Amino acid sequence: MSRVEVRFAGFGGQGIGLMGRLLGEAVALGEGKNSVMTQSYGPESRGGASSADVVIDTDDIDFPKATDLDYFVVMSQEAYSKYIPKLKKGGIIFVEEDLVTLDEHADKAKKIFKIPATKIAESLGSRLYANIAMLGFLCANTDDIVSEESLLKVMKTKIKARYVEKNLVAFQKGKEHQ
Amino acid sequence: MSKKNEDSPEVATGQHYTTGNHAAAEGSLAAGCKFFGGYPITPSSEIAEHMALRLPKINGNFVQFEDEIASIAGILGASWGGVKSMTATSGPGYSLMVENIGLGLMTETPCVIVNVQRGGPSTGLPTLIGQQDVMQARWGSHGDYETIAISPSNVQECFDLALECFNLSEQYRLPVTLLMDEVIGHMSERLVIPPKEELTIISRKKPTDPPDKHLPYKADDSLVPPMATAGEGYRVMVTGLTHDERGYPDLTPEAQDKAVRRINDKIRLNKDKIIKLEEYMLDDAKTAIVSFGTSARAAKGAVNRARKKGIKVGLLRLITLWPFPDEKIDQLADQVDRIIIPEINYGQVTREVERAAHGKTEVKGDFRLGGAIHTPQEILKEIERN
Amino acid sequence: MSEEEEFQLIESDVHPLDGYLREGRIPHIFCPACSLGSVMNIIVEAIKEAKLENKKVSVVSGIGCTGRISGYLNYDSFHTTHGRAIPFAIGLGVTDPERKVIVISGDGDLFAIGGNHFIHAARRNADITVICVNNFNYGMTGGQVGPTSYKGQYQSTAPYGAVEEPFNLPDLAASCGAVYVARWSALDVRRMKDSFTEALLKKGFTFVEVLGSCPTTFGRRNQLAEGKKILEYFHEKSEIQHGADTKTVGISKDSKIIVGKFIDIEDKPTLTDNLMAVQRMSKAKGK
Repeated sequence: MSRVEVRFAGFGGQGIGLMGRLLGEAVALGEGKNSVMTQSYGPESRGGASSADVVIDTDDIDFPKATDLDYFVVMSQEAYSKYIPKLKKGGIIFVEEDLVTLDEHADKAKKIFKIPATKIAESLGSRLYANIAMLGFLCANTDDIVSEESLLKVMKTKIKARYVEKNLVAFQKGKEHQ
Repeated sequence: MSKKNEDSPEVATGQHYTTGNHAAAEGSLAAGCKFFGGYPITPSSEIAEHMALRLPKINGNFVQFEDEIASIAGILGASWGGVKSMTATSGPGYSLMVENIGLGLMTETPCVIVNVQRGGPSTGLPTLIGQQDVMQARWGSHGDYETIAISPSNVQECFDLALECFNLSEQYRLPVTLLMDEVIGHMSERLVIPPKEELTIISRKKPTDPPDKHLPYKADDSLVPPMATAGEGYRVMVTGLTHDERGYPDLTPEAQDKAVRRINDKIRLNKDKIIKLEEYMLDDAKTAIVSFGTSARAAKGAVNRARKKGIKVGLLRLITLWPFPDEKIDQLADQVDRIIIPEINYGQVTREVERAAHGKTEVKGDFRLGGAIHTPQEILKEIERN
Repeated sequence: MSEEEEFQLIESDVHPLDGYLREGRIPHIFCPACSLGSVMNIIVEAIKEAKLENKKVSVVSGIGCTGRISGYLNYDSFHTTHGRAIPFAIGLGVTDPERKVIVISGDGDLFAIGGNHFIHAARRNADITVICVNNFNYGMTGGQVGPTSYKGQYQSTAPYGAVEEPFNLPDLAASCGAVYVARWSALDVRRMKDSFTEALLKKGFTFVEVLGSCPTTFGRRNQLAEGKKILEYFHEKSEIQHGADTKTVGISKDSKIIVGKFIDIEDKPTLTDNLMAVQRMSKAKGK
């Protein structure tokens, strides 16, 4: 397998970093592959745009940062405009359809998956579950990133106990979204 | 995914997915660190935060001091109180610490200083990578001394080498620097922490003679004296002044020669035991890359790409930066036509390689001044350039 | 000690401080008529009086004339860097709550270069006894002006007289949270010993300022060239006011010198208490 680069991006408060950590850990501890997760850091990470990159490889990861995105998971307009140039030609976009309007830059994508993740989350009581709904959607529509089993296992240990159940539902809803 | 380790809670045995900063903290705890004195500074603060969380649970203490000067003084004090101690900082903080690092060297006080490097000089790039403190780690304090600095290239090594820093500091009795960088400190990777019984943990040698016969700065052939600490009845006498074997100030050229020669020689003469290197595809190489820390990852990627193209290139990764592996570079200079050094500074290791290569081969630095890391493609380009 | 015993002591080869000073290090470097020698003796007397276990006593100094005292005392002794005795002492102290750590250093060391550490140690109520011998100048380096030099005092770097306001050390200590604050001049040897003893027996941050005589680099420039003259000056100007408001005890040229015990607070949690509490909290359920 060759290198796969995933970028999660949105605004502060959407739990973008958690998406990166969950995916990174699920891959590295559950799948026997290597993964490196890096996050936007510092003043830039407080409010405004937020991003988390996960690089996945069966080999050693020589370059820890994502530069040529295979997957761009985007949940805000600002993040879309900022990072869409980094999507590689033939890459895949996962988009929060109510928060992001795509433009001609998205034409280079091989495929675009759209989900109203925030609305789904709100139907569960809080928009805070949008990130996990998106993760479920990503998991269901890719076969070279992570298995559902690994991801669920990590979610159960890394998400605060009292929020696990709702998040599992959000994951399921995201997964089932067509 | 840590297993609860009831018998030795200081060792978080198990598989983790965590950052280099947390791994360095865990490595220090596993080594037996029981005191952390520090001051917040980006990009190292997560080490302090993790120690503040973990130390009290294992009957250790965390003190956030008023500045880095107090932090290093505090950990020297704690070391003389008989516990393994550490601090963590970044360039500006390390700059404030260097005077007391000198006190630690002169008084032969084991402790560990983690420097998570960012871009400098001065405030520079607080949230972005630099590898510009290599020379500071070597020469930051005044006077003649040898020291040890180690540089990890992945999260696992942040754990392993933090532990190694403690072992070396205890074995050779000196402050040891773990020279990390912002990218390693903040990125998450798999970390596997073995059970405690599989770890090698070294603690300072203790005196065996009675207090009235004991000479605290008299060393055997190892050149490292055993260390009595406060409260053991030895009435230790510790001073940053040049001192004799009793620890008493002796401000003469003879005493200076004896004392300073020994604290240098205990490292110089044990270089081979201290230095750790990784050699990758060097056997038939005609071009060698010398790199360290985060840069060495991209360098390895470049070697792999070049090898696919049939270029005979290999990597020498400096895990130990100080003492510098002069002999290995000298030997490499005999073998290869060219040495390329990708580093995130304006030529600190390159100059050392030039010195150690004795003009026998071409030495070329590939510099980034901070804020970004080399890509393997960029280093490959440098390899392919004639 | 009875008269007879004292007489026997004079006749014998035994010195009352045998075992308490490092024999090989005597004679000390202090100038004739400097008060550091007697302060050193009084510290030892106070340690004896307080019945501290010798093994559990550590003495930490910075740099300067007073900073040399640690090296003459036959306890675990640490002569550190300029200004950094206090944080070193904090690190040393927290490793063993039973350890009594005494910081003995000068005014320049503790209040100029080390001032930040002093105020924070007092704020934390760190378990250390700080003894500052204030000789109003930098003696070791040849008599430069310092943070306790009073206005109009002549020193080598104040050839026209000092122009800055000095620190009022008891007030600084008190306002930062010290639980015990006293001041004596070098003349008040018995009261000084009592204060040292009280300070040593008290938990938390205790502070005693000793006004020292420095004939060589202070006195010479300020019409007090003989040690005796400085002591006479202290004698003439001193007034004991226990419990005085520390705001009123600042020293200026020709002012009264208020001495006494100013602060003695009970039951304030110390740094050690607080660290122990954190250990307990960290082990509480659900943490």
